[in-house]
Amino acid sequence: MFRTELAVVGAGPAGLSAALAASECGVDTLIVDNGSTPGGQLVKQTHKFFGSKAEHAGTRGIHIARLLAGELQRSPQVEYWSESTALGYYEDQVLLVEREGRAHAVHCDALVVATGAAERHMVFPGNDLPGVYGAGAVQTLMNVHGVKPGERVLIVGAGNIGLIVSYQLLQAGVRVAAVVEASRYIGGYAVHASKLRRLSVPILTSHTVKEAHGHEQVERATVWQIDETFTGVPGTEIEFEVDVICLAVGLSPVTDLLCQIGCKMKYVPELGGYVPIRNENMQTTRSEVFVAGDASGVEEGSSAMLTGRLAGYAAAAYLGKCPDFQNKRAECQRALDALRAGPSGQKVRAGLSVVVSMEAGTC
Amino acid sequence: MRIERHPILTFTKGAKVQFYFEGEPLEGYEGEPIAAALHAAGIRCLRHSPVRNRPRGFFCAIGNCSSCLMVVDGVPNVRVCVEKLRAGMDVRRQKGKGDLNVSD
Ligand SMILES: Cc1cc2nc3c(=O)[nH]c(=O)nc-3n(C[C@H](O)[C@H](O)[C@H](O)COP(=O)(O)OP(=O)(O)OC[C@H]3O[C@@H](n4cnc5c(N)ncnc54)[C@H](O)[C@@H]3O)c2cc1C
Repeated sequence: MFRTELAVVGAGPAGLSAALAASECGVDTLIVDNGSTPGGQLVKQTHKFFGSKAEHAGTRGIHIARLLAGELQRSPQVEYWSESTALGYYEDQVLLVEREGRAHAVHCDALVVATGAAERHMVFPGNDLPGVYGAGAVQTLMNVHGVKPGERVLIVGAGNIGLIVSYQLLQAGVRVAAVVEASRYIGGYAVHASKLRRLSVPILTSHTVKEAHGHEQVERATVWQIDETFTGVPGTEIEFEVDVICLAVGLSPVTDLLCQIGCKMKYVPELGGYVPIRNENMQTTRSEVFVAGDASGVEEGSSAMLTGRLAGYAAAAYLGKCPDFQNKRAECQRALDALRAGPSGQKVRAGLSVVVSMEAGTC
Repeated sequence: MRIERHPILTFTKGAKVQFYFEGEPLEGYEGEPIAAALHAAGIRCLRHSPVRNRPRGFFCAIGNCSSCLMVVDGVPNVRVCVEKLRAGMDVRRQKGKGDLNVSD
């Protein structure tokens, strides 16, 4: 059996930051990730990040991933297993990991779960046709593997992800027919929306997909207007000749591992779905298990790094290896509060107010 | 369908290799996901669903959703969005749940 003081599942910004914080305290750490390169969502983000400067805002996502991975390499206390999937975690503190087709038992004294988020799907006739792709899939295909997802794309969702992916598609030489958004307002930042408008991509608010058409794959999409009750308005249909319908309609935390462990969960729409109840130190109702990043509630890259660092220090403190924990904690919390301040953080604050609870352990 | 020029990214690729899709030879780059090589060749329908025989492609492209299961070298239920391409691979569309005896 492989033994480590701390196991971290997920090498996105949250997991990497947790591993770095813990190793800084002298904790032996194993980080496992099912992808082939560290960075999670960051490896496909070619744009310069928004968020907080201390967490690398203004730097392209792909470069943030390299920065964090570089730090990790220089840290002798961290071992990193790529292409390794955590399958389950059991009462005797054993994490089961699939690696190169074999199951490995890993015994750990503490665990950080930083499994990120998964894309939501949407209901409409033809939504299962090849060519209906998640925004993350479109990014992976074009920004990681250099393959165009199609010739002409309809984007669904005008949040930051929908807007950014639209722009990335244009950079890759793919046409964007339109962006449709169910809400009356564009959810993403005005800078991103303006870039698209300057490139004459229409953004249709109060519109959604009515149907996807095609035999073996998407050939056409029907879009229609929706009223205040989100019901389609007959007679307002518009047809788009597109071969890809790209869904950017939100993310849900990936929490299967946390559920399997038996951590107490709660459904919090503001955070994207089921999330674990935890205390202010990211400690769940299972005392040696901590959570970080999008898995604890969908936010963004900067907060993933900060909650990751917080969870890493908290896990180290739990293991008796972070004497300066109160100061480090306060520092992370101050930065998180600043990030979540203001109107854009209101949703997250509302969500957190119902899951951050002393019901979870105290460390 | 390959991106030839990109303002920000450069793509490092493995060696060009031949593989087979439904018995027909195709080319791709070693180490890229099988699904990327197929997509670059214009192939997006990867299997047919068990009950209604509907065409299916990938959805998440990171190995989570199981929408892209194909039969690779006789082994069914391979997630081709993460399985790496190697020279000479025999890749076939999967019908339904796949048959574990296909390699016999
Ligand atoms: C298009 C787009 C644009 C964005 N733009 C910005 C931006 O400008 N600024 C910003 O701050 N944020 C942005 N974000 C959000 C940011 O990328 C995410 O919030 C952040 O990556 C979340 O980090 P994470 O570490 O929690 O999860 P992830 O980055 O998703 O990493 C989770 C990792 O865990 C792995 N994993 C999951 N389950 C297992 C398992 N069982 N075993 C092993 N490994 C597992 C996954 O493969 C993945 O590598 C954007 C996101 C997208 C999609």
